[in-house]
Amino acid sequence: METAEKKIILQVDHLKQYFPVKKDSFFKPKAYVKAVDDISFELYEGETLSIVGESGCGKSTTGRAILRLDEPTDGKVHYMGQDILGLNKKEMRKLRGDLQVIFQDPFASLNPRQTVKQILNEAMAIQEVVDKPKRKDRMLELLGYVGLSAESLDRYPHEFSGGQRQRIGIARALAVDPKLIICDEAVSALDVSIQAQILNLLKNLQKQFKLTFLFISHDLSVVRHISDRVMVMYLGKVVEIAEKKELFDSPLHPYTQALLSSIPVPDPTLKRDRVILKGDVPSPIDPPRGCRFHTRCPFAVEKCKQEEPPLRELVKNHFVSCHIAEDLPV
Amino acid sequence: MLMFILRRVFQTIPVIIGVTFVVFFIMQLVPGDPAVLLAGEGASKETIEAIREQLGLNQPLYIQYFEYLTNVFRGDLGVSLKNSQPVLDEILVRLPITIELAFFSIIITIVLGMAAGIISAVKPYSLTDVSVMLVALLGISLPSFWFGLMLMYFFSVKLQVLPVAGWDSLLHVILPAVTLGAGGAAIVARMTRSSILEVIRQDYIRTARAKGLRERIIIYKHALRNALIPVITVVGLQFGALLGGTVLVESIFAINGLGRMIVDAIRMRDLPMVQGGVLFASLIFVTVNLFVDVFYRFFNKRIELN
Amino acid sequence: MNKKNKLILEVKGLKTHFTTKRGVSKAVDGIDFTLHKGETLGIVGESGCGKSMTSLSILRLIPSPPGKIAGGSVLFKGKDLVTMTEDEMRKIRGNEISMIFQEPMTSLNPVIPVGEQIAEALRLHQKMGKKAAWEKSVEMLKLVGIPSPEKRAKQEPFQLSGGMRQRVMIAMALACTPEVLIADEPTTALDVTIQAQILELIKELQTKIGMGVIMITHDLGVVAETCDKVAVMYAGNIVEHASTEQLFANPKHPYTQGLLNSLPKIHEDQDELITIDGSVPSPYNMPAGCRFASRCPYREDICITHQPNLINQSDGVKVRCWKYTDEWTGNRDKEGVI
Repeated sequence: METAEKKIILQVDHLKQYFPVKKDSFFKPKAYVKAVDDISFELYEGETLSIVGESGCGKSTTGRAILRLDEPTDGKVHYMGQDILGLNKKEMRKLRGDLQVIFQDPFASLNPRQTVKQILNEAMAIQEVVDKPKRKDRMLELLGYVGLSAESLDRYPHEFSGGQRQRIGIARALAVDPKLIICDEAVSALDVSIQAQILNLLKNLQKQFKLTFLFISHDLSVVRHISDRVMVMYLGKVVEIAEKKELFDSPLHPYTQALLSSIPVPDPTLKRDRVILKGDVPSPIDPPRGCRFHTRCPFAVEKCKQEEPPLRELVKNHFVSCHIAEDLPV
Repeated sequence: MLMFILRRVFQTIPVIIGVTFVVFFIMQLVPGDPAVLLAGEGASKETIEAIREQLGLNQPLYIQYFEYLTNVFRGDLGVSLKNSQPVLDEILVRLPITIELAFFSIIITIVLGMAAGIISAVKPYSLTDVSVMLVALLGISLPSFWFGLMLMYFFSVKLQVLPVAGWDSLLHVILPAVTLGAGGAAIVARMTRSSILEVIRQDYIRTARAKGLRERIIIYKHALRNALIPVITVVGLQFGALLGGTVLVESIFAINGLGRMIVDAIRMRDLPMVQGGVLFASLIFVTVNLFVDVFYRFFNKRIELN
Repeated sequence: MNKKNKLILEVKGLKTHFTTKRGVSKAVDGIDFTLHKGETLGIVGESGCGKSMTSLSILRLIPSPPGKIAGGSVLFKGKDLVTMTEDEMRKIRGNEISMIFQEPMTSLNPVIPVGEQIAEALRLHQKMGKKAAWEKSVEMLKLVGIPSPEKRAKQEPFQLSGGMRQRVMIAMALACTPEVLIADEPTTALDVTIQAQILELIKELQTKIGMGVIMITHDLGVVAETCDKVAVMYAGNIVEHASTEQLFANPKHPYTQGLLNSLPKIHEDQDELITIDGSVPSPYNMPAGCRFASRCPYREDICITHQPNLINQSDGVKVRCWKYTDEWTGNRDKEGVI
């Protein structure tokens, strides 16, 4: 990507998403799951930014908060300069035409009683993007883009395989001419050979329609394949953001390093020094003080237990939140 | 947990007030004037009017209701129109009888129902299963008054092994309790069966099999405890139906319990008696449901935590 | 490899069929493999290829009806598990052959303390007393790396994290020191850092106990890191069987090649992934010829009409493909179709 003409399409500032936890006593203070705890980042037009992390890190919650599927607790989200969180229902509905989402389980997100034709028609009708008489042609065009035949129109979701259903989900997202698509674990449920087909499709569509992707995934190999930039999250915080190659070749945060070295690589000749993290991710209700990773970090020093590390630009365009990133063994 | 119990107890208060409200106003819709009934046939207009005045029946309905309600909270349920006894005393005499009947009936519902359900589920679609489920279907379909009469005819009249009616010994309990518990047992049996069959498909049952456990242990130790969780709810609901059933069963077997008292009181338009009886019946029901809820919560802690 | 080690498990022509209203589904359709002491065999394939049914068939745990072992044998130390009585089979399960499953969340009984779930196998197979079994189960929890095992043993599964539950499953499976451990997608439901822990743990305990491991997985990365040899399954058949090094260095079957190609690589950039077109044939209606033929870029006439056998190659690799036989014409290549 050429840095010169980068235009910000989505700006997220100090986003927080707390979910209250049921109390089991009058006397305990009200507790919250701090699913997303003060994160900021921007998304440039036409790029793919991936959010990676393990379950409970807040990656999916971030996507949902941006779309206001759950109302964020605090923070600002600007889409093309417009404050999304300040929009009323009607304005928000209009904006949903620009912001689309593709979920992990296409079967759960497609109405089983609607044919593909009805599904696509509904999407277009809500956003009023295509005049009624032209919709049929538009549907056929969309099916063409995602590699489904024209006969698919009159069939129901259960008649399709998992990969084909994901194609329907993509066609529905495309139906309203979106600018930004949030892919929430969009290929995670698919077998590798099908996953490859969908990844290729997403890449081609991005080129064709100049789409911007926010790609949420736990699978680092997939992220490596599809992203321009990658953001790593841990327990509701951003720990590292960098361009893909930079992040994969020289990760700065100990968590990113451990994450990368944990992936099983399909190459038995590759013998690596593996960093295996000890223990489990702590509870997001009562996250550790200081750096949230310090309880599992092999390099943690006293400062890490006390002070929360800020996200700082250590190398150009490479941000990391670690007190001791400079002094880590490579 | 304590929070939960307290919350549930508080929730029962509006329910009970609602019950008094419904009972009070429905009784107003029933044709017949209690004052006329009380005065007896051929009483003069003045006498009826006097009785009305004395009972406060001339006041607007809402005032009658609020007076009734405040009295209830003071523990005063009024006096019977029929024999001028305090309603509370009348109820307290009969309540133990009905509770005893309900207790034995629910035991029959639970024991018979679960046993039948388990027997069925161990070998699904076998001859045993099909026969047990057929009997259960009969149990649901047969009206209890007919079933009660049949039992009475067979065991008391023909075989003469059990007393026909009355409420003197434990032997007297058997027929009414079976009559009352049978329908519930049938429902519990079907519920237990389907719940076990559902649980048997779970991953942890496969784990238990992979451990080399015997099928019997798998059912009793691993499947049953999980399968019974939904059954508890059904038992709670059955208790309500059972209370309703006491009205019929007590009449058939001539048992002087709460149910029969309510029926008699309705026939007599003995308004305070009906209200008192229904109020107590709903109190029992609400209490039992409270227990079921707490029990269910205890059995299924995971619900809260997840 | 472990050629000198003792052969413990030999699967020959195993067939598992499911009879439903739609017809007979040949989930496992004649597969062969062997497992030696201390060795790890990977069975890899995509959903519906029959890999999980294979593992369940070995312990005769397939849901029956509708499932049924329709043929073949599973020789465990010379005895055929397929023809054993149910009583004899139960003595093997959880004792000499153990299994761990994919979903640690649902594979443990939610209302029984985890210590008891481990102890019951010990009481059953090792005839241990209540106290001894409990102590051993605490010891097992410690062995699989669960902190404060005495406390954890008394807890119910919902009080444990996913990674810990899978450790409990492993403790349970290994409590009676089995000779074979079947691990059916043991890390699929776990996060990568936890997956790394669990795979490491299995490897470590394998060395300690000396058991043979069958690793069922869809993840070729897991295969590369844990297995000595691999069987690739497709539509109920093994299509390729090779040592792990051979399989990754020189995949022979077009399906194996396709599978490896379609993986996004973590250490290099690719513009486009190479995909396998089409989809798996219906298990109710298998084609007469090679089951992969409809998706295969090398397809010739014989592939459509006749099913190839799993044939030994000179390098010890077995592959089920006409391309490696004398019947292969290679005409398509010459015509430059590919």
